[in-house]
Amino acid sequence: MQFRTEVLDNGLEVVAEINPDAFSMSIGYFVKTGSRDETHEIAGVSHFLEHMMFKGTARRTSVDVNRELDDLGSQSNAYTSEEQTVYYMSVLPENQCAALDLLTDMMRPSLRDEDFQTEKQVILEEIAMYDDQPPYGAMERAMEAYFGSHPLATRVLGTRDTVTALTSEAMRTYHEARYAPNNLCLVATGAVDFDALVKETATRTKSWKASNISRELGPPKVQSQTIGMVHPPATQQYTLEFSPGPGYLDPDRYVTRVLGSILGDDTGSRLFWDLVDTGLADTAVAYTQEFQDCGVFGIFLACAPDQQTENWARIEAILASALESPVTERELDLAKNKICAGMILASERPSNRLFSVGNAWTIRRKYEGVRDAAEHYRQVSLDQVQQAFLKLKDRQRVLVSVGPE
Amino acid sequence: MQQSFYQHRLANGLIVLGERMPWLESVAFTLMIPGGTCRETTPRAGLAGLSLELSQRGAGPWGSREIVEQLDFLGVERSSTVSTFHTTVSMAAMARVLEPALEVAAAMVLEPHFPEEELEEARQSALLELSSIEDDPAQKCFKELKQLRYGEVFGRSSLGTESGLQAISHQDCVDFHARNCRPQGSVLALAGNFDWEQFVKLAEKLFGGWSGHAAAEPSPVISHRGSTHLSHDSQQTHIALAYDSVPYNHPEYYRGRGIVGVLSDGMSSRLFTEVREKRGLVYAVSASSHSLKNCGSVLCYAGTTSARAQETLNVTVETIRDIRNGIDPDELSRLKSRVRTSLVMEQESSTSRSSQMAYDWVYLGRVPPRQEVLSEIESLTCENLVEHFLKYPPQGWTLVTIGPEPLEFADAISN
Repeated sequence: MQFRTEVLDNGLEVVAEINPDAFSMSIGYFVKTGSRDETHEIAGVSHFLEHMMFKGTARRTSVDVNRELDDLGSQSNAYTSEEQTVYYMSVLPENQCAALDLLTDMMRPSLRDEDFQTEKQVILEEIAMYDDQPPYGAMERAMEAYFGSHPLATRVLGTRDTVTALTSEAMRTYHEARYAPNNLCLVATGAVDFDALVKETATRTKSWKASNISRELGPPKVQSQTIGMVHPPATQQYTLEFSPGPGYLDPDRYVTRVLGSILGDDTGSRLFWDLVDTGLADTAVAYTQEFQDCGVFGIFLACAPDQQTENWARIEAILASALESPVTERELDLAKNKICAGMILASERPSNRLFSVGNAWTIRRKYEGVRDAAEHYRQVSLDQVQQAFLKLKDRQRVLVSVGPE
Repeated sequence: MQQSFYQHRLANGLIVLGERMPWLESVAFTLMIPGGTCRETTPRAGLAGLSLELSQRGAGPWGSREIVEQLDFLGVERSSTVSTFHTTVSMAAMARVLEPALEVAAAMVLEPHFPEEELEEARQSALLELSSIEDDPAQKCFKELKQLRYGEVFGRSSLGTESGLQAISHQDCVDFHARNCRPQGSVLALAGNFDWEQFVKLAEKLFGGWSGHAAAEPSPVISHRGSTHLSHDSQQTHIALAYDSVPYNHPEYYRGRGIVGVLSDGMSSRLFTEVREKRGLVYAVSASSHSLKNCGSVLCYAGTTSARAQETLNVTVETIRDIRNGIDPDELSRLKSRVRTSLVMEQESSTSRSSQMAYDWVYLGRVPPRQEVLSEIESLTCENLVEHFLKYPPQGWTLVTIGPEPLEFADAISN
């Protein structure tokens, strides 16, 4: 496994984890833009733009783009989050150059108004689809309430109103600012021909101009609150709590992830044994979600509406039990084994490695092989986890619950 | 595409399959046992799932909690599922822990404790899972479609029914396991980095003492046509649609699968292009091949806001029927390219390879080598695909919609 990196004259970074023995290679553009970079008026533009990137370029119609993606036999897709937009393909090594040509061309889309209006309908369908799923509504509301006036409060999909009002002109302006070469990173994993990759990328992006891009950073001002929502067709009650957690750059994040696994992994955790194994709840999990400048520690409960109060009290008791039931060595070992084995198993596919390598490099400017990355978890001590556990007792929290009444 | 494939039959009838992928650090195995929902009775619907759940709450030297801890300690990823014909337990782990992981799986099969005191908890979990599907209309749509299409016995959901789950006794779970969890008709498929000789010895040691035949399967699967609408206060209408096709063990399966590929594989596929790209009617639309023994179907899904649901259904059906007017050579070439790539990439995952091998065995009684699958795909032509479509035209339609308003049947469907 070899890691190589190169910065092109226009500021575009090319990085690769090369495994000459792999059967495939994966390639992706990681764009440092997402819903947190949007103003209220254009909420949802990053995600809508992600759809429009498949709609054709100066050299290709939208039909050409879709056909070529399939011609290359690729497994390809894209996603948008609060902080990044990623476009990726997995192909056989002999298709590296063709895949690069297509993906790079796609980064300079035509954004034709006719396509924009058709795709707007697809986005509105996507919003309607999630509106029908009560847990998703709880998650969006919890993000808004937790982050308040912080940019991370912006919904990734936007709202029906903001998407309806969005113009292709506003999208064009956003694209020009955010898709500058110094805000993109080209990541490749697997059987990569790195020299060819750099050379071909340089040729194809010669005309790209760097721009001044910034992102508003800073921790949110969290105010504890409890919000109830009604979704009449719901049959279950969904409860989601956010409290402060470490961000993506915080060294404590490994400790909190291990604690999250001990308390609330979907199997073998304290929440699992108390609520799920016993048939009291359908789901009871704890997890961490990390951002560039902050993070959240989340708890999610799904259960029958008439059992919500009692179940939530049980969760509260578990989260407040650090003194009487401290974390044990056995729990720590099990959580570490589970996390590390999962990482190593997933790493066998270059398509999975793409996201680990790409995220670590674009957010932390760091490369780690999978075993080095696993070592961070191995280093977590019992005392560190116990200290993090003790702090949960007095956490600030935003709690959102949605159900039929 | 070199492949080192092994197979062995234990004296008790258990089939052991192996494919060595020495470039991986992992192994994965899939154990398929005849214990699916078709062997339940309607008054005890949900028994297969509940019996499986209880068999995992303590087995061999491990108590209920110790099983989970042992697997976590070993770093084993696992899943267990119930389908119409089988109960399946799958595990994936680093190669060095194959033996202890397989010991746990063998204990669940051969020495389950079936703790009576945990039945109520397992039952409550199952009831919650059943009720949670009410909040997921797309999934519920397919549950209803299966029931309507395959009838009482073969259309059962693995989640069971509320009355069925309530009626199941501890003895029912024990009996179901005893009757169905048998080596004859079971298959253990291993893929990844392992030594075959050692693995056969291990399988003999752990499963050699297992014996017996599973109870006979019910009569052949028959698909039923028809339609139903479930009223739901939602923005979107969910459409699940099925029609007759050839099953996995049919000599022309790859032609049928090829047509589904033209319809739904990739972003240039016809359904994606016609329903989403050109008209913007949906976010999600898809078709897939599905087999229940000798009964093959194509299953389709589309979700769209209610005002556009009728148009979505009409365009979907028309797009399917339009295959009769021909397939473009470029479409076929893209299809072949996708299959070639996915066959190569299958070698990167022990998990997908082991489950494919087990599936192949129970359906075909053998595991076709990659080269054979590739030859089947390469032999597809635009002409033989259309010929197949005319020979097996879409008919025997089943339609389920969930949403505010029912939809009109197109003439095509009301056959």
